[in-house]
Amino acid sequence: MSGEIIVDIKGLTKRFGDKTVVDNVDLTVNRGEIVGFLGPNGSGKTTTIRMICGLLRPDAGNGTCLGYDIRTESEKIKLEVGYMTQRFSFYEDLTIRENLDFVARLYALKPRAKFVDSTLNRLGLSNRQHQLAGTLSGGWKQRMALAACVMHEPQLLLLDEPTAGVDPKARREFWDEIHELTSEGLTVLVSTHYMDEAERCHRIVYIAYGKIIARGTVAEVIAASGLHTIVVRGGDTAALARKMKTLDGVEQVAPFGNDLHVVGLDPVLLEKEVRGAIAGSGATAAEDATSLEDVFIRLMTSSEDNFTSAGGRAS
Amino acid sequence: MNCLFSWSRIGAVMAKEFIQMRRDRLTFAMIIGIPIVQLTLFGYAINTDPKQLPTAAIVADHGPISRAILAGLEISDYFDFGAGTRTEAEARSMLARGEVSYVVTIPVNFERKLVRGEKPQILIEADATDPAATSNALGSINEIVRRAVANEAGGTLAELEPGGMPVDVVLHRLYNPEGITAYNIVPGLLGVILTMTTILMTALALTREVERGTIENLMAMPARPFEIMVGKIVPYIGFGFVQVGIILIAANILFSVPMEGSLTVLLTATVLFIAANVTLGYTISTLARSQMQAMQMTFFFFLPSILLSGFMFPFRGMPGWAQVIGEAIPLTHFLRIVRGVMLKGGGFADVAPNVWPLMVFWLAVGTIAMLRYRRTLD
Ligand SMILES: Nc1ncnc2c1ncn2[C@@H]1O[C@H](COP(=O)(O)OP(=O)(O)OP(=O)(O)O)[C@@H](O)[C@H]1O
Ligand SMILES: [Mg+2]
Repeated sequence: MSGEIIVDIKGLTKRFGDKTVVDNVDLTVNRGEIVGFLGPNGSGKTTTIRMICGLLRPDAGNGTCLGYDIRTESEKIKLEVGYMTQRFSFYEDLTIRENLDFVARLYALKPRAKFVDSTLNRLGLSNRQHQLAGTLSGGWKQRMALAACVMHEPQLLLLDEPTAGVDPKARREFWDEIHELTSEGLTVLVSTHYMDEAERCHRIVYIAYGKIIARGTVAEVIAASGLHTIVVRGGDTAALARKMKTLDGVEQVAPFGNDLHVVGLDPVLLEKEVRGAIAGSGATAAEDATSLEDVFIRLMTSSEDNFTSAGGRAS
Repeated sequence: MNCLFSWSRIGAVMAKEFIQMRRDRLTFAMIIGIPIVQLTLFGYAINTDPKQLPTAAIVADHGPISRAILAGLEISDYFDFGAGTRTEAEARSMLARGEVSYVVTIPVNFERKLVRGEKPQILIEADATDPAATSNALGSINEIVRRAVANEAGGTLAELEPGGMPVDVVLHRLYNPEGITAYNIVPGLLGVILTMTTILMTALALTREVERGTIENLMAMPARPFEIMVGKIVPYIGFGFVQVGIILIAANILFSVPMEGSLTVLLTATVLFIAANVTLGYTISTLARSQMQAMQMTFFFFLPSILLSGFMFPFRGMPGWAQVIGEAIPLTHFLRIVRGVMLKGGGFADVAPNVWPLMVFWLAVGTIAMLRYRRTLD
């Protein structure tokens, strides 16, 4: 990683009506990085990505993308960015090849046929090139969309939930492809709701209600959350879960098969309470690493609290 | 036994549709506005017995009886002598350009011959391109002239038997002497069909992208608004030309409509007309938010195009305000061009007065389209 800054935005804000959807967001992405963009539904991920590539005008804040001003130089940004929309937005009444041809023409790629052929080969779409895009299954549509947005060899990929509804094998291939592209110098900002995908990113940024509330590597984000986890195994999981939720110092209780993940902020208190609760139930308890999912759920609930209490105070 | 459907579900859907319709302001306005606007427009404009058609007079005899005849024609309401008295050359070219529908000629020594009982001639030349426009006026002309002469000169023409015809009214139907309606309708249809199809097709051009969500991708790629506009318009100009070919061939083979003028002039004007229409369609698609709205706006434009352009009803027979609206419609000018070239053999100089309004229209809608095109999603 050369450390060259590809995306650099400060104070980015977007309002729809009187609703602030993206609120004072700062974000930097360095060359060669894969940055995961996470957050609950409606938190402003898509809106932020659209502002970075010039599809929406920010109400406040400024920034650069590939060194170009996101407010005034979107024409130049568009030439070097590949944006994969959350919703499939290629032409369903064109074949895969026709769609790619259309893209290749828009970017003036020459020789066109060669670009299209090699993109098709690379993403394993050659056999299906004459199939109408609208008749593809969800996973193949995603592949086609990825193919179309990397064909012009962009410097930055903005991927908005690229693997929603894609099977695990196709997802793995998708991520392998993205890692391969970044090893060639590509930079990626990718939004996702999948924890395993977040773990595949070099860095993650967590946004809720339009505000970034956590960022860093996965390990950093988990550490910063201050959460500790105890895994309870065996016994009557459902009854134990009900009991655990009432304990002091327990923030979250989530069953995973026969296991129960009990999460809390104070490790000493947590240990004491959990051990007390399982005494005589035949279950065992052991400390374990806190998962990213637990951290996110904690972030979601706490930001919700902040939001509602802030709203309550204002009114 | 179970019912095949549930009334409450139907009610729920109806309520939902109604709410959506009410929220969609434009659609709602159209549903109410179209009937009101168009009923008032066309209720007054439709006129199968057109009166007050512009008329030029060539008067070579200024006696009281001549004046009485002209006055009688004017009073009949069929003729409007607003164009005044003209020289022969002026009057003919006004007729060729469609500025007047009739030329009335009163020859020299008309009155002297009349008094001597020599049955002098009055020549009435009519633009019969549109047979409906002139048939009633020409049908009643003998009676108008007879009365005017009888009133003015009843005493001096004592020997004239009652109901007899002291004057020989000669009618010349120009451009479409047999009054064949197809000669008028078929060239008109060329314009109507082009208007209909080209506007509708391009009106859906952008709204379809918006509805299907493909606009986001299109905007994220480096295509500029003007490129998108031209790229979306040009294929439809090609389409339009295929239609032109079909209609012209059909006009010739099926209806034997003559082609008096130059095909080059006609095709040049047609390019301009199609370009104006597809640009209008594109402008509609930048204004409309859904395909449904785009279609409604197209029809909102289409009906006056048919009814006020002179296609359905003689243009000069419409009230003044309807003519003003008609002048703003490309089809009006195109119809004049097509009829002028195909039936009257007009050259470029003859059609020029109708070419520049097409250009103005084209530039105007093109500018609106460029201003209205949204570069961002918000
Ligand atoms: N064009 C718009 N007009 C009004 N509100 C909008 C518009 N686009 C988005 N919003 C609102 O902005 C908020 C953020 O939307 P956004 O699509 O950025 O969320 P997201 O983080 O991408 O969510 P998801 O994970 O569901 O894709 C939502 O509350 C949404 O309703
Ligand atoms: Mg989104």
